[in-house]
Amino acid sequence: ELLRLQRQRLGSAWPVRGQTEGEPLDVYDIVISGGGMVGTAMACSLGFDPHLQGRKILLLEAGPKKQMDKAPEVFSTRVSSISPGSATLLSGLGAWDHIVKLRCKPYQKMQVWDACSDALITFDKENLQDEMAYVVENDVIVAALTKQLQTLSDQVEVQYRTRVVKYTWPRPYQVADSIPWVQVTLASGQTLQTKLLIGADGPNSMVRREAGIPTVKWNYDQSAVVAVLHLSEPTENNVAWQRFLPTGPIAMLPLSDTESSLVWSTSHQHAELLLQMDEESFVDAINSAFWSNENQSELVEAAGSLFRTALTILMPNGTSTRQLPPSVAGIGPKSRVMFPLGMGHASEYIRHRVALIGDAAHRVHPLAGQGANLGFGDVASLTQVLSQAAFNGKDLGKSMQHLLEYETDRQRHNLPMMAAIDLMKRLYSTNAAPMVLLRTLGLQATNALPPIKEQIIAYASK
Amino acid sequence: MLSRRSAQLAYRLLTSTYRPALQPRLPVQQSGRLISHSTVDPAEVRKFQALASKWWDERGEFGALHAMNDLRVPFIRDNLLSVHSARQMGSPLSGLRVLDVGCGGGLLTEPLARLGADVLGIDPVQDSVRIAELHLSHDPALCGRVRYRACSLEELADEDEQEEEGFHAVVASEVLEHLADLETFIQCCHHVLKPGGSLFVTTINRTQMSYILGIIAAEQVLRIVPRGTHDWEKFISPVELETLLESTGFSVECIRGMLYNPVSGAWSWQQSTAINYALHALKRREEPQSDRVESESEDEAASRSTA
Repeated sequence: ELLRLQRQRLGSAWPVRGQTEGEPLDVYDIVISGGGMVGTAMACSLGFDPHLQGRKILLLEAGPKKQMDKAPEVFSTRVSSISPGSATLLSGLGAWDHIVKLRCKPYQKMQVWDACSDALITFDKENLQDEMAYVVENDVIVAALTKQLQTLSDQVEVQYRTRVVKYTWPRPYQVADSIPWVQVTLASGQTLQTKLLIGADGPNSMVRREAGIPTVKWNYDQSAVVAVLHLSEPTENNVAWQRFLPTGPIAMLPLSDTESSLVWSTSHQHAELLLQMDEESFVDAINSAFWSNENQSELVEAAGSLFRTALTILMPNGTSTRQLPPSVAGIGPKSRVMFPLGMGHASEYIRHRVALIGDAAHRVHPLAGQGANLGFGDVASLTQVLSQAAFNGKDLGKSMQHLLEYETDRQRHNLPMMAAIDLMKRLYSTNAAPMVLLRTLGLQATNALPPIKEQIIAYASK
Repeated sequence: MLSRRSAQLAYRLLTSTYRPALQPRLPVQQSGRLISHSTVDPAEVRKFQALASKWWDERGEFGALHAMNDLRVPFIRDNLLSVHSARQMGSPLSGLRVLDVGCGGGLLTEPLARLGADVLGIDPVQDSVRIAELHLSHDPALCGRVRYRACSLEELADEDEQEEEGFHAVVASEVLEHLADLETFIQCCHHVLKPGGSLFVTTINRTQMSYILGIIAAEQVLRIVPRGTHDWEKFISPVELETLLESTGFSVECIRGMLYNPVSGAWSWQQSTAINYALHALKRREEPQSDRVESESEDEAASRSTA
């Protein structure tokens, strides 16, 4: 009793570790399970929020602490395309400064085109001065957020190398002496209690699984091969390139003036083949994928060029000339990796005392570079909802009302995005002439209509 | 075959809108309350005892009360913040001592404590207090800031107050309509408050509208509230309440109408105080006589014009 009162008077309180069974366990206000980009961002976001001061927040991460004083020589293969909206969030958390100091590459333009036709679409901001998005290595993002989290050590506690083995869910109503909080059992045997559990533990989320939240998911029968590419010659490199091959999209995102990141989504067999090739053949395959025209059929080419002529008459500024991406000379040492692709969406983002964010809630194909951005959007939305609830004196995990607000807000944003990405993926997975014609004309038309393009950019930039 | 009581009720219903505003009605005589010197009505106690276990079921009998927190917590918080500036981020009410009268299961007590206030919750129904204490016991962060006592307000007011210097705020939410003696209750509120302290009341108006919606619709048809919870005779209009408060040494700061939407299960503020309303009053500090007389007559003129 005295200990408890003492702790309260001190304000910020650390839980007493290694408590024996009989003693009352400390109750956290919020526990975040998963310290990746999105989990760490969530921890920072909650820690900085004025209405949540004095609340006990804990971040659990199974891996080690990621610290980075300066960017490593070699680029990492796992990168994300960070939208301006996400950059704003990160900037508000004070992490963007660290990211810029470490390493980040803005790009102003994106060209997306088809292998089966000449159709292409380019996205760019009006004057090419504004950045469209930023390519940042995932490790850099986590390190920057970790650095900010360290300044919040009074607010947010972090436990690294901590694995959760079990979650125990409370009943939604009070029954005699039952504990109303979520119990989190760690590999060390320690059990914590929390009023709200936030699941940020990735596409194979244990929180989601154990909460029994049904998930719509399917495997794409595709794997992504990622690598760091060395360009043949230095170039301004401020364009992101993506070409839809029949087997899947191949994308090149700029990392620096001399290096780019490769994300090649293709069938499992092809992916394995690519991994096994020697470096020269691999480089040839990449260049060929971007440059060759062997997939085009005459019919589609004819229809396409006819349409393009018509568009040039109707909308003189509506066509773009196709640029070719820079050629690749080599790849970074030991940098070829593959991972399977799938789509997943949790049918509910929330339960009593539980909320899911990031890949735990939704998993998308990398073709639109939106995965991380959707996660950061979740962080912003959930923080806002919890902040308001705290200011109204609410029990953060109990009131389904405010958690529902988060779920509705994010599902409204995420579902159309995910549907669009999935549609794109399916649309471009074939070289059957009718589909190719459809998408060719569609792409050209979209390219010719600035309002539509602006809408797309605005939506993706959130 | 109207019983005498129904006839009386009907008469009052019909004449309620035609009563001249200049006659403030003393609730002790003309409402359905018996003249009593205890504020606690034993029949009301029995009613709530039976429902004690249902307090914390958000979808149960007290669902509407849980939802009312969306209005009353910000109402109390913002009005207190306008008088006392926030001491600490994250605990806007820290340092303030609040008395929650008729706290029931602690539905309003806990949110106020979460905002940093030190809250004493009192309720004459022993079982409710027990439920409140049980619910509180699971949350170590709140335990240090909340105390419950099963007693009535006048018992508290009678006690020796050497150690306690009075409360910054007294909250009587959904209580006035259940009392036996309203005048004594208000006097006790005045007694336990610091000078300049706030009194927050949410209660139900006595109008035709409140009978139709508050009794017939809410209790009998839609079952939003258990049958028999409210007695229309005990409802009090804002004008009467304001008069009573002003004569007891309070100055009424604001009155706002509230509306419950049974479809969405949510409350919202509204212009009209015909059914539910919330009121904030301040205990007047000791001031020179002349000023008081002037402002009192101003208030009376104002309440006359708004009635």
